[in-house]
Amino acid sequence: MGATEVVLAVMLGGPQHGYEIKRVHDEWFPSGKPLAYGQVYATLSRLEKDECVEVVETKVDAGPERTVYALTDRGRQRVEHWLSEPLVDGAVSVGELVRKTVAAVRTSSDPRPMLARQRTAFLRQMHDLQQATAADPLSVLARDHVLAHLDADLRWLDRALERVADVNLEAAR
Amino acid sequence: MSEPTEQTAMPGESVAVLSMRDVQFAYPRTAALRGVNLDVAAGEVVAVTGRSGSGKSTLLHVAAGLLRPASGTVHVLGQEVGALPDAAASSLRRKHVGLVLQHGLLVPELSVLANVTLPLVLEGTQQRASAQALAHDWLTRLEVADLATAFPGELSGGQSQRVAVARALVAGPALVLADEPTGSLDSVGGERLLDLLVSACRAGNRALVVVTHDNRVAAVADREVRLLDGTVEYEAVLT
Repeated sequence: MGATEVVLAVMLGGPQHGYEIKRVHDEWFPSGKPLAYGQVYATLSRLEKDECVEVVETKVDAGPERTVYALTDRGRQRVEHWLSEPLVDGAVSVGELVRKTVAAVRTSSDPRPMLARQRTAFLRQMHDLQQATAADPLSVLARDHVLAHLDADLRWLDRALERVADVNLEAAR
Repeated sequence: MSEPTEQTAMPGESVAVLSMRDVQFAYPRTAALRGVNLDVAAGEVVAVTGRSGSGKSTLLHVAAGLLRPASGTVHVLGQEVGALPDAAASSLRRKHVGLVLQHGLLVPELSVLANVTLPLVLEGTQQRASAQALAHDWLTRLEVADLATAFPGELSGGQSQRVAVARALVAGPALVLADEPTGSLDSVGGERLLDLLVSACRAGNRALVVVTHDNRVAAVADREVRLLDGTVEYEAVLT
């Protein structure tokens, strides 16, 4: 996910300061990794340099000084383009899970315990996500996406377990 | 047949609601279960998973007493099912085991309400009116009370499954056995039914064994028992 574009998308709701952007982001993705304050301000700084956001106000309340940012026309165009374009990943992505599993299958005399441990780890993650209560009906959208990915990974692991059970490991090495 | 056994618990120790020991079962050409051990405690949710043909459904049918193991023992609430006379085994099953099979399997000639009332009527311990009131209460909990007068042939797959769950729970069983309970439902409908089933079992401190190939169903469990070629490949705690 383009973290920069998500910050821009949050700002479609109107001018906001960094803390508010982080709060809305974390509300949108309750099952995801919280956005770090440092990342918010680094992103805003970069977006300001790219003329996608601009400072519209500096608030000084009881607390620390807060800079309020707004989208520029350029920033609005950028986020609207991002939102309108489908994500295309033509190349096969070989992630950490695939690398680790293939390495285990190729190097271990019996990779099934490793595959079983990985399967359990994903199922536990799924269990925890399913137990979490939803704040509102739309907040489960991001959770559903994580669950669907976990489900896909689990199916792939099941297929790997089946292939490992069927294959002659000695011949494969 | 071996001598009947009755499980006893030491002080402070609870007898498993379901206990299977070295259970073996074979179809004419295939060994389906090859020495399975399984214990399920009250209030526990266990998912039985494994590839097609690993013995999942056979395990459930043996646990339910629908199939008799070639060897080994099955205890429900401390009583060895195989050692009981047929009538006593049937009574134990009606009182203490709720069964949800694939596609619901309702009695087509009976209305939805009569299907759900059936376990109570067969047991004969309740007046018809109170049995029907209890059945109606479970239909309400499963969100299908408006279908009480309908017949199974008029129901969708999802509605049949909900009625089957109500029928499995109406007699307050200690053990609920479910074979692919969400198999005929879309993902949202399946999630809702699973939530209702698991909530009802947890609230009633019932043991629930779910056979499934669906990871999302398996993930609601406290423990996964993975079968491979009729044996337990591994068990994993998910909580």
